Amino acid sequence: MNTRVITALRQALRQIGRNLTMTMTSLFSITAILLILGFFFIIIVNINFMTQGIRDSFDTVQVNLLETTTQEQAQTMIADLKKQSNVASVVYQTKDDALAHWKEQWGDQADILDRLPSNPLPNSIIVTVKNIEKVDKIVTYAEAMPGVEKITYSKDTVNKLIRITNIIQIVALVLIIFLLFISIIVVSNTIKLTVMARGREIMIMKYVGATNWYIRGPFLFEGIILGLLGALISGVLVLVIYHLIVSKYGVNVVMIMSSGLISESTMLENLTAIFAALGISIGACGSIISMRRFLDT
Amino acid sequence: MIEYVNVTKKYGENIGVEDVSIKIEKGEFVFLVGPSGSGKSTFVKLLLKLLEADNGHIYFNGYDVTKLSNREIPNHRRSMGIVFQDFSLLPKKTVFENVAFAMEILRKPRRVIRRQVPQMLDLVGISSEAKKYPTEISIGEQQRVAVARAIVNNPSVLIADEPTGNLDPETGWEIMRLLEQINKRGTTVLMVTHSSEIVNAMNKRVIAIRDGRLVRDENEGSYHPEDDGNTKDDKGLFTI
Repeated sequence: MNTRVITALRQALRQIGRNLTMTMTSLFSITAILLILGFFFIIIVNINFMTQGIRDSFDTVQVNLLETTTQEQAQTMIADLKKQSNVASVVYQTKDDALAHWKEQWGDQADILDRLPSNPLPNSIIVTVKNIEKVDKIVTYAEAMPGVEKITYSKDTVNKLIRITNIIQIVALVLIIFLLFISIIVVSNTIKLTVMARGREIMIMKYVGATNWYIRGPFLFEGIILGLLGALISGVLVLVIYHLIVSKYGVNVVMIMSSGLISESTMLENLTAIFAALGISIGACGSIISMRRFLDT
Repeated sequence: MIEYVNVTKKYGENIGVEDVSIKIEKGEFVFLVGPSGSGKSTFVKLLLKLLEADNGHIYFNGYDVTKLSNREIPNHRRSMGIVFQDFSLLPKKTVFENVAFAMEILRKPRRVIRRQVPQMLDLVGISSEAKKYPTEISIGEQQRVAVARAIVNNPSVLIADEPTGNLDPETGWEIMRLLEQINKRGTTVLMVTHSSEIVNAMNKRVIAIRDGRLVRDENEGSYHPEDDGNTKDDKGLFTI
């Protein structure tokens, strides 16, 4: 760090200390906005996480084989499918395995299946795809293979899910951008009050020959420091509240949604980085925007 | 060292300065006098490049001020010391910091600042007030701080805009003695004033402006406001 940066930083700290009312106002608005953003973030991330979880449970394609297809033929097909892009894994499922799996799913009522005269299920190849959105390509490919009876996968469900997830993501993105926009305006207005209160000071500095960056420096650091402080306060609040929500309702959510809430530690990691970045950029943008008018002349 | 060549600045219909040509040499002590709205303020603001001239050239230390780019303006202003009528001290900085800040913008090391600022405060006679804020000292002392700030970087020119305008006569004279002392150290002093008492007692070069035009330029001149049609005090040239 060179002396100019250190000087600006020292000035910023001094400014913060000597203008406590303004400091508190700025800090309050940054904290309030980050708090709103934080809750929004929690909701969106969890919705995303859940839909992701649901989507992931539909990531398999079952390729049913004809009765006449031999084990060797099946092995060639598996090797072939493995070479395709977007394929995560390929396993062979014998009709006995399939029945056992079925019984397992039925649990208590499984004995009904025992009454079947013979196993009605076909041998099959289970393809797990990496990206469910591109499942159609694999399906088309597999359909063209000899020895395939029919292919089952939850196309409609998957498509619907993809659509819903996409909409949620777009809406979330728009709302977050909107909130960020608002927050920069609010913060820049608050800082503008500070700058206006110091308009005379800025003019004097200009008259004496200070460069724009010399004048801007302390305000920039002030914005960044306030942004970081706001991020810290709101981040702690959001995490504490999230902890309460998870410990109180986490279990219920698992029962309803079949996937839980995002763990607190994951939330902590992501939120810390995001809040720090947001706080710094809101503070910095806010102060630069609010100073523009004063430095143009 | 300062030369105006056919400089004109108009504000729409109103004339700021019109076709002014003048030369000020190094080490001179010059009074710029004239009634309210005569263009004194415009004259000084053009030199500081707080205003752009419509026509003409202003040479300062060999370069043309009217041709400076925005990037060069801060450096240009740093080569001059400026004292305002309203002192223009930073209210949230102490006396020491107010003077130190003029050195900080020149990126002088802290060590040098800590040594030189007290010397300056001593020179203007307020070293005992270093830790006070501008509101805690008298206006005469505030103007001394402003003078200390203006000369701390050893400028070749000191521009004083009505430096005694807000002071009582006695304090005003103290500031004048200070300016004369600074002038004797080799600094060119350009002082804008409407105080005939001071001008007439100092016996320095006098440049009189009226309606934007140069009407008089005399060495060892005097100033009689009645002659120039001045009836009221001139204030707030650097009102922000």
